[in-house]
Amino acid sequence: MSENKLEDDHILSADVVNSVKDWNTDYSNDAMFADTVKDFNSSIMKKFIFIAFFLVVIIVVTSIAITVGAVDIGFFEVYEIIWQHLTNNVVSDYDYIVFEMRLPRVVAGIIAGAGLAICGVIMQSVLKNPLADPYTTGVSSGASFGAVIAMTLGFTAAFGSNSLVILAFAFSLVPTMVIAMMSRFANASPTTVIMAGIGIMYIFNAVTTVLMLWADSSALNQIFYWQTGSLALVKGWESIPVMFAVVLFGILISMFISGKLNVLATGDDSAKALGINADRMRLLCLVLTGIVSAAIVSYTGLIGFVGLVTPHIVRMFIGADNRYLVPASAIFGAALMIVADVIGRVIIYPSALPVGVVMSFIGGPIFLWMVIKRNSSAW
Amino acid sequence: MMVDIEIHDVDFGYDESHIVLHNINLEIHEPGLYCIIGPNGVGKSTMVKCVSKIISPLKGSVILDGQDVAEMTHKDVAFKVGFVPAFSQDAFSMSVINTILVGRYNHQKWGSRQKDLEMVYKTMKLLHIENLANRSYNALSAGQHQKVSIARGLVQETEVLILDEPTANLDVKYQVYVMEMLRAIAIEKNMVIMTICHDLNITSKYAHQVIMLARPGKIHAVGKPEDVLTVENIREVYGINCRVYTDEETKKPYVILGSAIIGMAEDY
Repeated sequence: MSENKLEDDHILSADVVNSVKDWNTDYSNDAMFADTVKDFNSSIMKKFIFIAFFLVVIIVVTSIAITVGAVDIGFFEVYEIIWQHLTNNVVSDYDYIVFEMRLPRVVAGIIAGAGLAICGVIMQSVLKNPLADPYTTGVSSGASFGAVIAMTLGFTAAFGSNSLVILAFAFSLVPTMVIAMMSRFANASPTTVIMAGIGIMYIFNAVTTVLMLWADSSALNQIFYWQTGSLALVKGWESIPVMFAVVLFGILISMFISGKLNVLATGDDSAKALGINADRMRLLCLVLTGIVSAAIVSYTGLIGFVGLVTPHIVRMFIGADNRYLVPASAIFGAALMIVADVIGRVIIYPSALPVGVVMSFIGGPIFLWMVIKRNSSAW
Repeated sequence: MMVDIEIHDVDFGYDESHIVLHNINLEIHEPGLYCIIGPNGVGKSTMVKCVSKIISPLKGSVILDGQDVAEMTHKDVAFKVGFVPAFSQDAFSMSVINTILVGRYNHQKWGSRQKDLEMVYKTMKLLHIENLANRSYNALSAGQHQKVSIARGLVQETEVLILDEPTANLDVKYQVYVMEMLRAIAIEKNMVIMTICHDLNITSKYAHQVIMLARPGKIHAVGKPEDVLTVENIREVYGINCRVYTDEETKKPYVILGSAIIGMAEDY
């Protein structure tokens, strides 16, 4: 090996020597390379357009959502009232209706949709499983258990609806903690996490079922409603700050780690070789999604569909690069949530359908259509 | 500039009762293409994973540039050692160009995109896959996967690159091309490139040094191809009869495989 010169190595052919020398040369002014960069940049531009489009959808639908109700308020009037309120210049009689009665629900929908969507993205990515969603690790069963305790053992009657939120939140963190502790003895591979999640879910569901066997019919009604999930469960502005803070924190952290998620997606071995401790990273992600989804479901009940399906739909449009998938899913999830909620409120007006049901009804068939149409690229 | 690798008395096992590697000692002080050969299950992958800190040995130490790997972070090791796994299928695949860009993870910072893309583009050209740039990774053939994985390893620009069976799914032309290319890159860039290999003749032709592992997970021989690829070594390690000639043109040993010796060297 002392020769150390390509030309002196009699094994190497001229073609290979030239290719390797070519690999070392400067390509920054090459025309073909410029084309590649242009393609690459335009693919990123498409992702930003997707995000911008659904931001506009959110703004438009927010107003539409606020126009729905017993009192007629015009589409543009809504913006006017919000603007007046924000600039401390209240003149409209409808200020109270818009600001105290209708807007909190929409804001909660945006927060919940965005939060559940990013939890879905992270779960699917770190567990390398298209069926993973925010509830895969058992968050839903824990929250459900806490809520059922509150509703059947008289906490809500004695201490008000806040006790439900607190109990649901506390218990929804339990499955994640159990999985984190288990991983000290086993490992934190995707299979271990999913299996542990299923195990914990069965245990919690069994206890919940026992509690429900003893519950009276009005409590059962409440429980059923809570387990379907609805933005109607959000009680005005007081529910918003905690949910908002946790989800915002979750989105910021997710954006920050999204590049790492891409590395992790290449497999545990190559992630470690690229400097990422795969098991620790996965656990951190589970804890993050656990806290974010817990903070949402303890206010809204178990809203399904959005966390599972949003990442898939967004991936079909913009691809699997987590650096764009995370923000795009947050925006799309928020838009999907408030669109579905509006539809649920007008479709059988004056009665209303829970948002999860609407999303499944409309989203399910669209999703099936996309599965058939897709060009195998998303999976 | 290149990395010194020293492996001292390394034992590795997934648990105490099942030791895969026994007392491995190996020192690499010169750049070049190092091929690791040996029968299935002998611990070839395990050994290279110890070097890149994907797994940690039960006993002994791996020293990179005088620093014990056990005391380095994954990130420290990642700057020195690149690793290309044997096969990978991403659950949600990105485009080829993005998949290879992930290999630039440790180089990426604000404003480095143009430079990263240039490196990716050149490497795609080197492996003749620049036309696949915008295809989805999972839509590729096994051989194309392999080339993308190799590209992802090369763009890391580390001083040591380890490839677990880089030629596994490649056709004859690209088996030869990839190995020849790796030899050339090792020389040109003063890198240590370690590959796990199953083809003795390709190993013979392109390896600067051959590391031969034998059951039950120990180093049987290390040296130049002509010193390691002998009739005796191949019989003892693989349990197969063969004839070895010296090729006129390359002056390298050429192995013609004979019959398998049943009942030998299968004690695992």
